[in-house]
Amino acid sequence: MNQKVLKIAGQAGPLIALIFVFGLFAILGGGDFCQWGTMNDILMLSAIVGIAAVGATLIIISGGIDLSVGCTLAAVTIILARLLNLKSGDTYLVEQYPVLWPLCAAIGGIVLGGAIGLLIGAAVVGHIGRAAAVILGGLVIVWLRDGNSMPLVVCILLGIVAGGILWYLNRVTIKKTPLPPFIVTLGLWASLRGAAKWMAGGSAVYTDIDEVDGTAIWLNNLMRDIKVGDLILPMPGVWIWIVLAIVIGLMLTYTRFGRHIYAVGSNENTARLCGINVEKTKILTYVVAIGCAGIAGVLRFSWLGMGDPTTDMGTELLVIAAVVIGGASLNGGVGGIGGTIIGTLIIMIVYKGCTVLGLENFVQEIVTGAIIVAAVALDQVRHRKAE
Amino acid sequence: MTDTVANASAGTASSVMPRLKMAGITKRFGPTIALGGVSLAVHAGEVHALIGENGAGKSTLMKALSGAHQADTGAMWIDGQPYQPKSPLDGRDFGVAMIYQELSLAQHLSVMENIVLGDEPRMGPFMRWGEVRRISREALAHVGLEDLPLDTIVSTLSNAQQQLIEIARSMATGAKVLVFDEPTSSLSQHDIENLFTLIRELKAKDYAIVYISHFLEEIQEITDRFTVLRDGQSVGSGVTAEAEVANIIAMMVGRDVKDLYPRSDRVVCERVCEVRNVAGIDKPADVSLELHRGEVVGIAGVVGAGRTEFFRCLFALDSVRSGMIKIETISGNAGGNFTPHQLWDGGVGIVSEDRKREGLATELSIADNLTMASQPFFITPGWQSKACEPWIEKIPIKCASPFQPIDGLSGGNQQKVAIARLLHSNVDILLLDEPTRGIDVGSKAQIYQLIDELASGDPENGIKPKAVLMISSYLPELLGTCDRIGVMCKGKLGAIKAIADVDEHSIMLEATGTEDMQ
Repeated sequence: MNQKVLKIAGQAGPLIALIFVFGLFAILGGGDFCQWGTMNDILMLSAIVGIAAVGATLIIISGGIDLSVGCTLAAVTIILARLLNLKSGDTYLVEQYPVLWPLCAAIGGIVLGGAIGLLIGAAVVGHIGRAAAVILGGLVIVWLRDGNSMPLVVCILLGIVAGGILWYLNRVTIKKTPLPPFIVTLGLWASLRGAAKWMAGGSAVYTDIDEVDGTAIWLNNLMRDIKVGDLILPMPGVWIWIVLAIVIGLMLTYTRFGRHIYAVGSNENTARLCGINVEKTKILTYVVAIGCAGIAGVLRFSWLGMGDPTTDMGTELLVIAAVVIGGASLNGGVGGIGGTIIGTLIIMIVYKGCTVLGLENFVQEIVTGAIIVAAVALDQVRHRKAE
Repeated sequence: MTDTVANASAGTASSVMPRLKMAGITKRFGPTIALGGVSLAVHAGEVHALIGENGAGKSTLMKALSGAHQADTGAMWIDGQPYQPKSPLDGRDFGVAMIYQELSLAQHLSVMENIVLGDEPRMGPFMRWGEVRRISREALAHVGLEDLPLDTIVSTLSNAQQQLIEIARSMATGAKVLVFDEPTSSLSQHDIENLFTLIRELKAKDYAIVYISHFLEEIQEITDRFTVLRDGQSVGSGVTAEAEVANIIAMMVGRDVKDLYPRSDRVVCERVCEVRNVAGIDKPADVSLELHRGEVVGIAGVVGAGRTEFFRCLFALDSVRSGMIKIETISGNAGGNFTPHQLWDGGVGIVSEDRKREGLATELSIADNLTMASQPFFITPGWQSKACEPWIEKIPIKCASPFQPIDGLSGGNQQKVAIARLLHSNVDILLLDEPTRGIDVGSKAQIYQLIDELASGDPENGIKPKAVLMISSYLPELLGTCDRIGVMCKGKLGAIKAIADVDEHSIMLEATGTEDMQ
């Protein structure tokens, strides 16, 4: 009986905490808090961190960690701004193709996320040669582009080819030096922002064009509320977050790949014994997860309306906090998307609630910190009792 | 400290007060009754065996003794004084020392620091190192390690030596009662003999010793009296020398285990695996064998002979330096260039010797562990249930549901899940590495039954017999289940002989390399 109670408490724990936190601010904040505008704001705040957290959930369940996701968001906003400023001859590409081109730019941002994931995955698994291949590809693109006015598409293709060749050449690396994800992403955290600033040419990148023929580019509207008559609906970014969370959540629970992520996170030796390709699983996990961060970066661009290499400093820790509050274990093998969503909401409810109550910033920060510690402590107690 | 009145000869003293007495101990965990009124009496200079299956209550009883748990009812006495420890530290102060299977030494500290850990001689906040050295030297002398430098870091010592340090530690803190919990599971034969010699010396020094072990031959060799626990009750006790193994086992499992090693008719069929001169990076050095359907081949050998390393080469978990591996159920190159995935798909499965570190993923559910080697792209809970049910019922595996986390299961049931993984993946060749290590007799019997069924198959119903290759360090088990046995020594596998041509003595000779001139 006790076991069952503990199990339900463990799974429902984050949910109970969510209800508690919400109720607390509802009582304290009264009407100011319990109105649709505030709820919508909370969703808006949650969307970007939430999407990055969905990806981070995969990484943490697999036993890894990512300290560089904030830098990835920044890099993606820069790429997007640069792409949107591209001209073909004298006209902006975005003027020529107001719907298609922003989509290509967004896909480019997501692909950048995937490539960073590929880099981290290769390094974590120990394929230094293959990690170098990704970097080579990126350098080739930038170098070709900077030097002369070769069309961007050609640069990208050549970059992929160069990187691909090096990747393939490294396929028979016998001696692998696996690196701890903490160290790899720490190194990336330090250097990626520098790379972003380089891409930006120093500081922020402003988009030259905000609207085409009087209508705003749809990409800029992703983080603006949808108005239907008198009704204000959550912005597209929020819906993207929800759909993505559902898709990734279903993948985690109902596909073999998802089960492999749990297996690798719980016991890598067991996974290997059972024929799971541990390295492929890890690399793929990082690619998917930081691809998600790429989507978050697209939304961040919409939010800012420009490319900013200094944005999202500290977001990586908020993301990890959301995943941990949601019940995931940093040791791997435990966690889920539902918990992460709850964790994200809890953090943002605290943030918004404190704002509504007029409390100073430090209150919100201290409370968030306390919640993180409490969540982990509760999780430890649950694990110990289960023995 | 020592009671000079206690007699030096073992066990029969009834007029003398027992050194340790436990009476009517009960302990509940919620609705589960772990102990339902257990009594135990151990005299000074007696080695008393505590026997029982996993889950019988042995560890709970010992936790009550050490002070880690507080019993609900019942009483304990040490040398006639009431004994009610509030914590393990309390227990230690009163003279109860536990020597667990998983050693509790601080690996990064030195031998002498470990010996005085928790009870350091101090002057205010300062350590009295001279005193520390004196105490440590004395303690080490008691266990025969007087030549060991005091500042040796513990992690550099062997398991056997670390165990001796633990014993030395107990003696240094003035223990009167020593409890050994499965002390020999990871010791070589030589170390076991050393340990038994030490235990006999401890007996002579009037310690009261409780000895917990699954190995009944050991219990017969070293203990004076025994108590059998089953389902939280003591169901029998007596003098070891006067008891029969069959009776003890019957008391443990509550039924007549007439035939622990069932053996049906086995028909040796086609060859499924051929290994020629396989050598790994370090071990094995040279292994050749053939495996057929319908037979169980055993590999004996001492710890470190290279048996597990051979399995790892066979299963592509470690590199093969030279040699050929041919598996008839997988088409493709010889030389062992398979991946574990190909092996599972091709009908070969493995059970690791290290359940905790490699065999099972402890955070995941039974279903996840059981199906891990063969899963479809889309996995539903319905599919997982259906996949696990037949094995939960047949083997059987005692659990509440297939979605229960596997760390809630007993060791025996966990091992059955590891074996069920091979059955789920429908393998034809089973590589079992120490399949019954550290599990209770009841589960062992079920596993032997399963191996026998797999090796005989059911030709009338179209079930082909499987091939089983089994590593074990437990000779009675090998002799009971196998059709042929090979012995590995220093990385080389000797000739595989039929079961009728070997016995425990010949195997031990070959395993220790004393059979012929090396």
